[in-house]
Amino acid sequence: MKYVCLGYIEPQKFETMSPSEQQSMLDECFSYDDELRKNGHFAGGEALQGSEAAVTLRWKDGKAVVTDGPYAETKEQLGGILILEARDLNHAIQLMSKHPGVKAGPFEIRPAADLGEMVRQSEQRRSGQGR
Amino acid sequence: MSENPAEEIRAQLDSVYRAESGRILATLIRLLGDFDLAEDAMQDAFTAALDRWLKEGIPENPRAWLVSTGRFKAIDALRRRARFDASQEKIAEEIEAQSSSGPAEDESVPDDRLRLIFTCCHPALAPEARVALTLREVCGLTTEEIARAFLTTPPTLAQRIVRAKSKIREARIPYQVPSPAELAERLGAVLHVIYLVFNEGYSASSGATLTRPDLSREAIRLGRLLQELLPEPEVMGLLALMLLQESRRASRTSPTGELILLESQNRSLWDRERIEEGVALVERALRSRRFGPYTLQAAIAAVHAEAPAAAATDWPQIVALYGALARIEPSPVIELNRAVAVAMRDGPEAGLILVDALLARGELADYHLAHSARADLCRRLGRVEEARTSYEKALALTVQEPERRFLENRLRELG
Repeated sequence: MKYVCLGYIEPQKFETMSPSEQQSMLDECFSYDDELRKNGHFAGGEALQGSEAAVTLRWKDGKAVVTDGPYAETKEQLGGILILEARDLNHAIQLMSKHPGVKAGPFEIRPAADLGEMVRQSEQRRSGQGR
Repeated sequence: MSENPAEEIRAQLDSVYRAESGRILATLIRLLGDFDLAEDAMQDAFTAALDRWLKEGIPENPRAWLVSTGRFKAIDALRRRARFDASQEKIAEEIEAQSSSGPAEDESVPDDRLRLIFTCCHPALAPEARVALTLREVCGLTTEEIARAFLTTPPTLAQRIVRAKSKIREARIPYQVPSPAELAERLGAVLHVIYLVFNEGYSASSGATLTRPDLSREAIRLGRLLQELLPEPEVMGLLALMLLQESRRASRTSPTGELILLESQNRSLWDRERIEEGVALVERALRSRRFGPYTLQAAIAAVHAEAPAAAATDWPQIVALYGALARIEPSPVIELNRAVAVAMRDGPEAGLILVDALLARGELADYHLAHSARADLCRRLGRVEEARTSYEKALALTVQEPERRFLENRLRELG
């Protein structure tokens, strides 16, 4: 079963760390990622650039409008996502509680939704329309 | 044979998981001294097996392979973490040292699973945590499966399990089978957990309950395992009780979900195989002379099971068994059951005197079955108005839908 782990960070906190602290923090995280990879638990993931690099698309007055940011007011920002392969929710919790990234900010663990049935029904509807 | 060898290995592994994960985990917890470390190690061993068995073939003893692979995986993981946390190296060394002096080949010790069961049902853990932990660690169910069966959410259940495990760690609950001196009491807690699981699967008869019979099956599986590991009379008694109750499942409700009382059940639907097994177990437990409440309840169920028709029930025997049960486990509910049996033996009037005396004591005032039992006796005596009042009281106290419909029907039948 797949679990999507949303990792939150506090950018200010990371920036105030010394370079060697930053390095050892990254080393620990990457090393644990490798361990997850080695045992088949790492099903994908990406780190995210800061929210100042983000744009938001929103539907407004009949068209998609682009704005900067989200410029969240909160100290915590989404820093990356990791897709975890685990047996159940407790297994996912166990794997992520050993991830050194949890020291930098919280992880939100969400089971991936199985849309297989919805997709199948949608395909049926669409192929019906095509004829 | 499947076309796809990877698919085939996966199917094989699934069946090994179902049959052996409890035993493998139990051994790994003993070898590694930590629940979480052992669980991770086991999962990693199963993941590794998928790849290695495909290349090298399935090992002769899959369980031994998984245990030793799991242990290596744990030592490996500790070593890698030791680069950042020196304390992990010491743990890894200790585990390695133990393994070189320990038994080779098949590392399992027969009582590993018993240790696991007793630890999961330890009285220091919250009762609902014992149930969750036992189902997950001993039966190998997933957090999501247990949550679904108990109609709760996976996050709630997951936290219950996390808290229970940290309690085990922090309170240093030992991983062992209790000493003979405390065995009886600790076994009581284990049996209680198993019976709770069974009842959750047995008495739920309304709503979206399709998954519930699985819980009863799981409880019976647990009961069998315990009986195999620790053939104590009360273990036999509980297993017998579950088998005898389960034997009537098909006849307990009508196709439309209406409740059918024992006396009106179609006895040809009763599962004879389960009854035979249950009766044999009750007889063994009774012969031991060290039996307790589960055995007596099973004996009562056995008397019912062996009656070819409701009218042929051996009521004197049932009255005697309830009497014995009330002596070792005094409870107004048991006395109520005895009163109903007395009514069957000596007539409704004799039963009504007992039920009224019980109700006068007040403990059963809010117990719907006490009022419906009274209503039933009054109905049989032709005291219609009293019957109506008692059925109405029972109805006001009942929450389960099929039971409500049953009482409403009875009220209608009074005219």
